[in-house]
Amino acid sequence: MTDDILYSVRNLTVEYKTRAGVVRAVDNVSLDIRRGEILGLVGESGCGKSTLGKALMRLHDGPASITGGELWFDGRNLMDLSLREMPDIRGAEIGMVFQDPMTSLNPIQRIMDHLTETIHAHEPETSDSSARARAEELVERLGIRHERLKEYPHQMSGGMRQRVMISLALALRAKLVIADEPTTSLDVIVEAKFLDLLKELQKEFGLTILLITHNIGVVAEVADRVAVMYAAKMAEVGTVGSVFGDPKHPYTQGLLRSVPNIKLDGADLYKMGGQPPSLLHPPSGCRFHPRCPFVMDICSEHEPIFSPVVGDQLAACWLYQGHGANKVVENQEKSNG
Amino acid sequence: MVRSTPLEERKKKRTAIMGEELIRVEDLRKHFPLQTGFIANIVNRGKIPAVKAVDGVSFIIKRGEVFGLAGESGSGKSTVGRLVLRLLEPTSGRVIFDGVDLGGLPQEDMRRMRARMQIVFQDPLASLNPRMSIGQAIEHPSQIHMPEFSQADRRTQALDILKAVGMNPAESFYDLFPHQISGGQRQRVALARALVTFPEFIVADEPIAMADVSVRAVLLDLMMKMKEEFELTYLFITHDLATAKYVCNRIAIMYLGKLCEVGPLDEVYGNSAHPYTRALLEAVPVPDPRYRRTQAMPAGEIPNAINPPSGCHFHPRCPIARPNCSVDEPPLREILPGHQVACHYAEDLIK
Repeated sequence: MTDDILYSVRNLTVEYKTRAGVVRAVDNVSLDIRRGEILGLVGESGCGKSTLGKALMRLHDGPASITGGELWFDGRNLMDLSLREMPDIRGAEIGMVFQDPMTSLNPIQRIMDHLTETIHAHEPETSDSSARARAEELVERLGIRHERLKEYPHQMSGGMRQRVMISLALALRAKLVIADEPTTSLDVIVEAKFLDLLKELQKEFGLTILLITHNIGVVAEVADRVAVMYAAKMAEVGTVGSVFGDPKHPYTQGLLRSVPNIKLDGADLYKMGGQPPSLLHPPSGCRFHPRCPFVMDICSEHEPIFSPVVGDQLAACWLYQGHGANKVVENQEKSNG
Repeated sequence: MVRSTPLEERKKKRTAIMGEELIRVEDLRKHFPLQTGFIANIVNRGKIPAVKAVDGVSFIIKRGEVFGLAGESGSGKSTVGRLVLRLLEPTSGRVIFDGVDLGGLPQEDMRRMRARMQIVFQDPLASLNPRMSIGQAIEHPSQIHMPEFSQADRRTQALDILKAVGMNPAESFYDLFPHQISGGQRQRVALARALVTFPEFIVADEPIAMADVSVRAVLLDLMMKMKEEFELTYLFITHDLATAKYVCNRIAIMYLGKLCEVGPLDEVYGNSAHPYTRALLEAVPVPDPRYRRTQAMPAGEIPNAINPPSGCHFHPRCPIARPNCSVDEPPLREILPGHQVACHYAEDLIK
């Protein structure tokens, strides 16, 4: 593993036990998050992107559990830690911003107390006054006047609450912020300003951000690289320039062409056939094959390997595994038989 | 003898001409009081504070067009949709549908009128009864509005409409319940149910906002196909200006209960005359990493509609505001043929 990778997810599998059976929401997924980058993670609802985001902090409860894989964060495999040790990582080293800040903030606690409580929880030696000073400096940087720290969450607007969430992550100088649909509850103008802020924080603090969203436009605007998930699997990963400029996976191709672009004139939207599959009974082979315009015999029989196509761009599609394909299948059959 | 389908019958009866006025909204207002009752009235001396969700909105919708109504959350766009269908009673103002003032209609006449106007909501799971099968849900409006049909007719018609909205084979979906089908399919059913009375006008309130990204384009396409097939007129309510671009003929931009700009889509997008419209268009994320925003975004967020700013509601956030903007409220005026705007300095912005 190289030094410029902050978080390396290896073969992660997360399962939910439901009455109808076991649902694999994340199925053998590998992903690298590089230091200082904004990595966009896109996919449709139910594709497992939020489950993946939570698994990175081992934040899952009830019916969900990690059933396989390694989580290498900053040189350590988080799977080797006990669950009791995880709270030291969460918040302090990995911060999280959720879609709805109103449910993440305590409605009867002033904003200032949120910040000082967070600082004290992880750095008990910090004095009250210096924690307060740090909170004030931080929120001013995020565009909130420090007098407003005495207010309660409901007194702030949606955009401000989301800034408060970011400030909680920055208060402890988290290395990685996982932002799950952070702008989905915001109006477009506020969203645009929040995205600008993310960019600034990335530059100023060297912050690494995993931005989970269904909004392709948001990713195009702020991310350096993008990862596309489909039906619990990773479909494609690459720089934003290469994936948007020359998408390899047919799902990515269809997805990008089906998104309305306000700056484009006269182009028709691509109409992708079919429905997103149920994870209870995922299609055989490549999970996209029932909707794929380039489907081949092999696609329904064997799962494609997630592998490099050109340079840094990886995709899981048989179209790019041409010559090697037969060999792979032979090997798979050998290992199965 | 071949029996003509109900749709053909209906079409024969229609003498309407595309492009003529179908809906006229005049100075529509809806104020929601924050408190109600005798005591509140006394305490506030008869002046109970109210949320001015819709505050003096006027527009017309022509037959056969897709009229967009766009704005941020809290702008009052959904309230306008409900007022137009008289699902809410306006505080004042008029809605005239095909020459008939809906406000003056007795209940029984209004009920008959409802067959001609329908609505599709954002969340199909919330708008479909979970205990009604898809077939029952689609037949329900026709039981109310077309009592002359037999049960067998109704079933045939429901199956026809299911086919029309792309639910094939229709028979296999007829007995399923909403939780057994996907989100995109549920929205098709909601559309099918709206179509069953052969309405002329449909209010589509964020109809694709809940759908998955990959099925949104398919749903939009379906709505446009249905528009042609059923000769519909749409009021398309949305917060997404990129989507509106693909479907609307004309569009109105709403801010804090008022319209700030109305006109043909190309005019409003290509030659915006209101600073708020410009900001909204600039803020829409573009799915192309080569594109970079250039304009600065307006300060702050949409204020609350209880105490809106004086004068022009947008003035505290406006980049071109001048002193009189906080005093004089700009009227909606025609600046170019068919292009109306509510800004004192619109001339400075247009080409």
